[in-house]
Amino acid sequence: MELFLQQLLQGFKFGSIYALIALGYTMVYGVLRLINFAHGDVFMLGAMLSIFFARWTGWGTRPSWLALAGILALAMAACALIGALIERLAYRPLRNASRLSLLITAIGVSLFIENAGQLPGVFGATPRAFPSLVETRPWITWGTLTISNVEALVIGVSLALTGALHFFVQRTRIGLAMRAVAFDFRTASLMGIHVNRVIGWTFMLGSALAGAAGVLYGLSYPAIDPLSGFLPGIKAFVAAVLGGIGSIPGAFVGGIIIGEAETLTAGYLSSTYKDAIAFLILIVVLLVKPSGLLGRKVVEKV
Amino acid sequence: MLSVENVSVHYGAIHALKGVSLQVHAGEIVALIGANGTGKSSLLRAISGLTPPSEGAIVFQGTHAIHRLPPHEIVGLGIAHVPEGRAIFANFTVEENLMAGAYLRHDRLEIAEDLEWIFGIFPRLKERRRQSAATLSGGEQQMLAISRALMGRPRLLLLDEPSLGLAPIIVQSIFKTIRQINAQGATILLVEQNAHMALHAAARGYVIQTGQIVMEGPSAELLASKRVRQFYLGET
Repeated sequence: MELFLQQLLQGFKFGSIYALIALGYTMVYGVLRLINFAHGDVFMLGAMLSIFFARWTGWGTRPSWLALAGILALAMAACALIGALIERLAYRPLRNASRLSLLITAIGVSLFIENAGQLPGVFGATPRAFPSLVETRPWITWGTLTISNVEALVIGVSLALTGALHFFVQRTRIGLAMRAVAFDFRTASLMGIHVNRVIGWTFMLGSALAGAAGVLYGLSYPAIDPLSGFLPGIKAFVAAVLGGIGSIPGAFVGGIIIGEAETLTAGYLSSTYKDAIAFLILIVVLLVKPSGLLGRKVVEKV
Repeated sequence: MLSVENVSVHYGAIHALKGVSLQVHAGEIVALIGANGTGKSSLLRAISGLTPPSEGAIVFQGTHAIHRLPPHEIVGLGIAHVPEGRAIFANFTVEENLMAGAYLRHDRLEIAEDLEWIFGIFPRLKERRRQSAATLSGGEQQMLAISRALMGRPRLLLLDEPSLGLAPIIVQSIFKTIRQINAQGATILLVEQNAHMALHAAARGYVIQTGQIVMEGPSAELLASKRVRQFYLGET
């Protein structure tokens, strides 16, 4: 029983990282109807750049909560900038092109980041060690079940960011503009909404969350290379589809389910199948309920 | 207030507007009538920036040449466009739709006052303010679309076929509201297939046919003209 609970806890931790990444997929899909395949690589950049930030600031050698908060803020800001840059350079010129061109461009951006990152002058292909920004300690112990401070932190930060995003989108003026743009560009522009600017903000927000996920991931998997974003990115995409693409609560729920499914598969079946379970879930969702758990059924307008 | 000068619009090879000129003066209701597919909506889309004209100029308030501006900047100058088919945000509540109309405004207190003013004109919207806009009837959606445009406090309101698809009794009440809004200061350019209703509400009118203005004048004159009576009022 304790083992099972411990597994559930692990699953929740990884699930909440997937959830943070999935939020970016779902938000960008909401405004552009684009699966931004470069999103997983932005997540990788969040983790990778944090290694450098930790080195430059010296925070990597003196573990503290403040150091972690500082790195988290730097990674989020850097990724927001990168997200805005990708949108501006790669996607905006294609605003009136077909969705397929946009999708292929997204794959191109992803390949570019992954492969340029492996160049010796950039990050190099060998994994880099993620600094231990906080020392892992047991935080709560119930019998044999222990929650470490890192686990609590990862889950807490993810929940807080998801909650903040939900509030932002539902309750603020910019959130209203995002939802208006997600509904229809033309109608939104007739309200005086600067559509391209709102799309830029959406990319910045989603990418900042991916940056935060990168830091949280680094705390658990302390070896980062330029391809580290690939699998978590794809799994987060599955999470977004499972939750119902376009839905923010859906992305969170989807992320948690993927994390749990993966951890339980590794724990009770075989860790060989760990990475495959997400794809099995994707196939089942697409067959049984393509609109996802919390997604709205989209009726194509004729 | 608004001066459309020799405007042409092309959609690929289709020449939807062929050198249209039209004036709207402050405080007026002007009707633009014509059959389906004659370019009425194209003209409104050219004014609001959704389909920029390929030729000609559009000047707002004497000084602003707006025909090269993107839609959101044109809205910022005080032109609100209620598009054909209403295009309300179906995934928003009624109140959120109205707040979207006030997107460019920052005067919270006055926005709240305007909301009450709108609810005074359309009590149905107040009853349903927290309801999803998709649950409204066609007439209520039209009221919401007009109200949403009014929340931006426009100087000029462009209305595209507000009577489309609505029962006659609803049409009556929509037009009553249009006159009421005009009496409170809004200038209105009204596009309609329902020539009878439109010309009774408007002081002046234009008749458009295959992308060109073929007649213009005071509404009473147009209503009396043989051509309008034959083609648009169904008399023989």
